[in-house]
Amino acid sequence: MGADPRGVLTGTHFLDGDHAAAEGALAAGANFSAGYPITPSTEVVERLAVRFPKTGGVFIQMEDELAASIAIQGAVWGGAKAITVTSGPGFSLMMEHLGYGVITETPFVLIDVQRGGPSTGLPTLPGQADMMQARWGSHGDYEIIALAPQSPQECFDLTIKAFNFSEKLRTPVLLMMDECVGHMLERVEIPPAEQIEIEPRRFTDKGPGEQYWPYSLEECEPGGLVPPMTKVGLGHYPHITGLTHDERGYPAMNAAAQTKLVERLIAKIRDRRDEIIILEEDHVDDAEVVVVSYGITARVCHPAVDRARAEGHKVGLLRLITVWPFAGSRIRALAGRVRGFVVPEMNMGQMVREVERAVAGRCPVRHVPNAGGAVHDPDTIYAAIREVCR
Amino acid sequence: MNETCSIATPSTPLVPGEHHPVEEWLRMERMPHIWCPGCGIGTSVNCFTRAVDELGIPHDQIAIVSGIGCTGRVAGYLRLDSFHTTHGRAIPFATGLKLAHPETTVVVYSGDGDLFAIGGNHFIHAARRNVDMTVICVNNFNYGMTGGQVAPTTPEWAAASTTPYGAAEKPFNLPNLAEAAGAVYVARWTVYHVRQLTKAIREAMKKPGFTFVEVIAPCPTLFGRRNRLGDGLAMYESYHTRSVVKNGADTRECALTMDSPIVCGSFVDIERPSYFVTQIGALRRSLGDRYVLPDTWKGVVG
Repeated sequence: MGADPRGVLTGTHFLDGDHAAAEGALAAGANFSAGYPITPSTEVVERLAVRFPKTGGVFIQMEDELAASIAIQGAVWGGAKAITVTSGPGFSLMMEHLGYGVITETPFVLIDVQRGGPSTGLPTLPGQADMMQARWGSHGDYEIIALAPQSPQECFDLTIKAFNFSEKLRTPVLLMMDECVGHMLERVEIPPAEQIEIEPRRFTDKGPGEQYWPYSLEECEPGGLVPPMTKVGLGHYPHITGLTHDERGYPAMNAAAQTKLVERLIAKIRDRRDEIIILEEDHVDDAEVVVVSYGITARVCHPAVDRARAEGHKVGLLRLITVWPFAGSRIRALAGRVRGFVVPEMNMGQMVREVERAVAGRCPVRHVPNAGGAVHDPDTIYAAIREVCR
Repeated sequence: MNETCSIATPSTPLVPGEHHPVEEWLRMERMPHIWCPGCGIGTSVNCFTRAVDELGIPHDQIAIVSGIGCTGRVAGYLRLDSFHTTHGRAIPFATGLKLAHPETTVVVYSGDGDLFAIGGNHFIHAARRNVDMTVICVNNFNYGMTGGQVAPTTPEWAAASTTPYGAAEKPFNLPNLAEAAGAVYVARWTVYHVRQLTKAIREAMKKPGFTFVEVIAPCPTLFGRRNRLGDGLAMYESYHTRSVVKNGADTRECALTMDSPIVCGSFVDIERPSYFVTQIGALRRSLGDRYVLPDTWKGVVG
C-alpha cells in the first residue's frame, strides 16, 4: 500500500533529523501525536503541531511524558496512527507505558533523541547511553524493536519503517536517534506517495456483535502470532488490560496464562528477527577487523576505517541499523574468522556487551567509549583499530 | 478455548430463570466479581449501567477507561469497549481516545487514590482543557487493593495501614478541586443515594465538556474495620444519617471529616466551550480554509 499523499511532502528538502522524522511520521500515515517538550527532541512535535492541522491530524501537548505516552495509546485504540517523542529523562518516564504497549499489543512509534545523562545531564549535547534502557527499561520480560538512524534522510526513512514494523507486529517500535542526528541539517529526499510502502493496520474481519477476542490467534496470518486489531465503536467490545490476560483479554492470574502470553509476545518478534534486522556492511567481506557501530557514531568511523585501509589493513564497518533485536548471529559468524572487533559508541559500554556475548571469547572486542557531549574523534577510533590489527 | 473460558455467559443466568435488569451491560462470564462483601463499587456500577440504559446511548458508542485498584477493575466487568490502563493514567488515555474518536462517549471510572494521588496532575489538566469526558471517582478514603493505605482523601485522624496513628494531612475536597480546575459539572452522592447517583451520572454524561461525579462508598474490609465503622450495612446507614442534600452548594463547604455532614448534590453546572470547540475555533481563526478537520471529527464537532 502506498502512502496517503496528504501527508507526503514530496521533493528535496534541507531538514534536520527531528524535522525529517516528523515528515517520516506524516508520510507513514501518522495522524495523532501527544508530546511533552524536552530538548533535543521537541522539534519533532513542533513540526507536527504545524503540519497536522493542515493534513487532518491531531497534536496535543500533554502535561508530562507519562500522559503523552499513554494518550497516544488511547488514540491508537480510537483508530489513529500515533507517535510520541522524547529524550533521556522523558524516556525514563515513558518506560511504564512502553510495557503497557507491549502487553496490550498497541502499535505506536516512540522516538528517543538521546542526550548525555544520567539525569538531566547534557540537554543540548549528544549521547547514546539509553540503548540498554531501550531494551530493558520497562519491567518484566519483553522484546522490543529499535532502529538507529545516522542522518536526517534515515530519520525520515526509518520512521516509516518503524511504523511499518509496529503495525505488522502490533508492538511499540523505538527510534533511537541522538542529538547530533536530530539537529544536523542535510538534504532529505521525500519520494512521491505511491513510492512509499505503508503497512496498513490489520483489523479483524469480524462484524459488529460477532465474538471478537483481541488476543485470539484464530485470525492470525499462517504461522504468525499477531492477532488482528479492532478499535472503539465497532461493536467488538474488546477488554484491554495491562494485567496478564487470556485470549479474550480478561485478567488471568496464573502461571499458565503468564507463560502463554509472555512466550507469544516474545516469539512474535524473535521468530521474525531476520526480517527485522537491517545491517549495513562496508568492506566486511574480506575484513580481518570489523568495526561495529550505529547512529551518528558509525558515521565518524568512516575516516578511521578509510585511513586504516589506506595503510593496508583489512578493516570493515558493520553498521547496526536495527539495534534491537541485536544482530547476534551475524556477529557470531564473523567472530569465527576475524582477528577482532572494535566497538565505538557514545556511552561507557552498552551495545559492546551484546557484541561480546555473541563473540563469546573467540577474538578480542575493543570498546571505544565516549561519555557523551561530543562525537568520537576519528583518531581515537583509528588508534583502537590499529591496536586490534597489531 | 482454554479452561478458564468455559464459564457462565449472559445466556446462562447465574440464578436459573432470573436475569439481572442491567445484565446486558455486564460481562456476565466474568462474574463473580472481585469486590468484598459490603463494598460500594458494585452499587456504583449498578447506578452507572442504569444511567447509560436510560440515556439510550448505543453500547458501541461508549468506552470505559479505568486506572488501577479495586475501582480500576470496573472496566473489566462492563460489556463496552473497555480499557484497564496503568496506575493514575486513565484520564490521559481517555484524552487520546476521545481526540482520536470523538463519536465515542468516554467515561473514566476509577478510585480516589488512582485519580487524585498518582493521577492528580492529569485530572486538573483534563478539567482545564475541558476535554469531553465524564470522570466517576469512587471515593472510599483509602487504597483498598493494596491493603488500606492512606490516600489523598483520607480524613484527618483516620487510621490507615500507613498512618497507624492517624492521618495528619489535609485531604482533598474533590468537588472543590474539580470546580477550581475547570469542570463544567460536579456532583457528589453516596452509594446510599442510588437514584440521585444514577441521575447525576446521566446528567454528567449528557453534558459536553469535562464532568465529574464523586461517589462516596464504603470499604468495610479495610477503612471501615480499621476505623471501627462497622460492616458495609452500618456504613451505608451512616451515609443515610450523615448526608445533607444541598444542590448548588458552595464547593468550599464540601470538605469531609470523619463525622461532618456529607454534603451531597449537584454543585456545579456551567457552560464553557469544550476542548473541541476551542481547538477548532483557534485553528480556523489562524488557518482559515487551510485547516483540515480530522476525518473522525467530522459530523461530531464540525
